[in-house]
Amino acid sequence: MQRRHVVQYGAAGVGAVALMLGVGWWRVDGPGAPKPAGQRPLPLSAMDFRLTDHEGNEVGPETLIGRPTMVFFGFTYCPDVCPTTLSDISGWLEDLGDDAARMNVVFITVDPERDTVEAMAEYVGYFHPAIRGWTGPANQVARAAEGFRASYERVPTEGGDYTMNHTASVFLFDAKGELVTMIDYHEPREFAVPKIRRALTEDVEGAT
Amino acid sequence: MTKLSYINGLPLVLLLSGMSTPAFAGSEDVVVENAWSRASIGVNRPGAAYMTVRNTGEDTVTLTGLTTPLAVMPQIHETKTNADGVSSMAPADEITIEPGQSVALEPGGLHAMLMKLQNPMIEGETFPLTLTFSDGGEVTVEVPILGIAARGPES
Repeated sequence: MQRRHVVQYGAAGVGAVALMLGVGWWRVDGPGAPKPAGQRPLPLSAMDFRLTDHEGNEVGPETLIGRPTMVFFGFTYCPDVCPTTLSDISGWLEDLGDDAARMNVVFITVDPERDTVEAMAEYVGYFHPAIRGWTGPANQVARAAEGFRASYERVPTEGGDYTMNHTASVFLFDAKGELVTMIDYHEPREFAVPKIRRALTEDVEGAT
Repeated sequence: MTKLSYINGLPLVLLLSGMSTPAFAGSEDVVVENAWSRASIGVNRPGAAYMTVRNTGEDTVTLTGLTTPLAVMPQIHETKTNADGVSSMAPADEITIEPGQSVALEPGGLHAMLMKLQNPMIEGETFPLTLTFSDGGEVTVEVPILGIAARGPES
């Protein structure tokens, strides 16, 4: 009996070690590993692009510095991921309450051909009022995406239209323009608001 | 397919939500639950609809396609997000549902992609969507149209 217990504890111990090794692999070498430095978004201060917001104002990365910032790339002809993410962001902003007013929240189109200033204005009007929509010439959208290390690609669909593959992560920056973290599309949604609060407090404490 | 021939070719009973004709092997036991969609801006952008498709019968069923008078090209699409966080969308393969199982069409995964809208999708209205199965059976559901920023069937 005693001996069997030892065997059981031993098995449990081996299992626990295997689990820890597994978790370690996930976080260091596996899919949970931090992105290599080359794939991390640049600080906003190192980016350089000129776009127009949905109210016709000239904007660039410097527009965002001074307040914590949340950025998402997408396009208004996107039927699934983009309205879902913008609805999620709207929900997070509601959860943040008054703190939402201390943030920049920007939706940058990867489809400037169809997403004119007017199209962006109409589209963002359906979501939380803090969300700004940015568009501009194709080369400036490309420079913005490069700064954020976001990728996008035009894909033809049946029937002559096209859709866009694009980075669906939400980027969070502190008030100094340093990347705080990203919210991945497949991440459990309840992690999002604490991450946003972190971007907001790093603003206060100045710790990065 | 014109709207007229669609209506002529469809037995009236199919217009009733969740019902189908009984002569098929499996699809008559399919129940569609919690269907919803988002309003569109005009007709140029594709729409999307979501639902749970439940197989309550004893035979495996295979969902092969969609028809609706609302859109010329309705297709089941699947959104996938890779390890780099890049989302892409492509037509889904046939969807097989084992007895007692269900398949969720939900944001960020499978969805009914409504391409070439014939009419704008207006919040508060509904539209009929017909699911076709490999046994020749069909199930038609009335899909409520919620707001553009809706997050689920209740919002």
